[in-house]
Amino acid sequence: MAKLFSEKTKQVFLGPLSKNNPIAVQVLGICSALAVTANLKPALVMGISVTVIVAFSNVIISLLRNTIPNRIRIIVQLVVVAALVTVVSEFLKAYAYDVSVKLSVYIGLIITNCILMGRLEAFAMANKPWESFVDGLGNGFGYAVILVVVGFFRELLGAGSLLGFRIIPQSFYDAGYMNNGLMMMPPMALIILACIIWWHRSKNKELQE
Amino acid sequence: MENIASIFVKSIFVDNMIFAYFLGMCSYLAVSKNVKTSIGLGIAVIFVLTITLPINYLLQVHVLKEGALTWLSPSLANLDLSYLAFILFIAVIAAMTQLVEMAIEKFTPSLYASLGIFLPLIAVNCAIMGGSLFMQQRNFNNVAEATSYALGSGVGWLLAIVGLAAIREKMEYSNVPAPLRGLGITFITVALMAIAFLSFSGLKI
Repeated sequence: MAKLFSEKTKQVFLGPLSKNNPIAVQVLGICSALAVTANLKPALVMGISVTVIVAFSNVIISLLRNTIPNRIRIIVQLVVVAALVTVVSEFLKAYAYDVSVKLSVYIGLIITNCILMGRLEAFAMANKPWESFVDGLGNGFGYAVILVVVGFFRELLGAGSLLGFRIIPQSFYDAGYMNNGLMMMPPMALIILACIIWWHRSKNKELQE
Repeated sequence: MENIASIFVKSIFVDNMIFAYFLGMCSYLAVSKNVKTSIGLGIAVIFVLTITLPINYLLQVHVLKEGALTWLSPSLANLDLSYLAFILFIAVIAAMTQLVEMAIEKFTPSLYASLGIFLPLIAVNCAIMGGSLFMQQRNFNNVAEATSYALGSGVGWLLAIVGLAAIREKMEYSNVPAPLRGLGITFITVALMAIAFLSFSGLKI
């Protein structure tokens, strides 16, 4: 085990969770982060799907990295990713149909999620399979964390529930509390994300522009 | 004909790629620092969308849809190849951007000088793939409708990126709190623009 988790691999895994977060710092994969987070459940499923796909496509590309001709590498990467996304999409259709309907085209859009291409280009093409796998997991989790936080606030403030269960008690509503309908609209995802970035950068001064 | 015009207008304002679906956000945020380059990228997106979406539409109708292959042999009526859509669409997009890049380089070097750097970026732009996937969901009646949808989405994307670039150019001079500078304030600007675009959502054409 000691060899599996050397100092470098640990760094590779922990970096994307905070200092090098794919969404808040590298600005990758924003599209899906915003569109699927109106409720917590699709956000969770999306986070898990992306983590699985990044990790495995990283491993595959890393295994192939010495055989792929440089000129057609983008197409090879896209095909590998598209194949994995198809598997995940069919899996969701079979076992979680309602979520897959809610995610609609955004599952397909994982193919063009910049996190995928970014990690494949920047990491998997130059590193060994195990490190690439860990890097994929780290980036996937970093992505999922942001999605879950945004989904948490949007569902709590917009619908008063979490994962479909009512959280805010009826007595609040009787006292005049109202759900914020704007939270369900897409623009609020941007504002929450901006607040996350604000908080994150005021903690990490070196990230400020 | 009316239908085609209304699809065009709707895809620009109501179903705007950026403000309603957040497609193509990555390059949208990265390239919107000044108006000139953002116009270049916007035109490249219109270009590639209008070429790839009709091709993918024909593929969808004549190859992928359930029973679409009956023109080959009636025994294929039950064949549903929709699960191949992701791989086929992305292959078409990647190949077409490569082709378009080569064609532009050969015939109009001046256009290549201004658009060339963006074309490889566009293969992985979610707006292009998203356009094809929405097309798959919407069941357009013919190629003309699909083309007008592609054109409209592209124009809407151009509108959004040029607008944001213009605002960001002005914002260079304002005093934004340090942690919000750059990415944070850009997100808030986009959110406000998106809220403004929400007012189109009641539009009936």
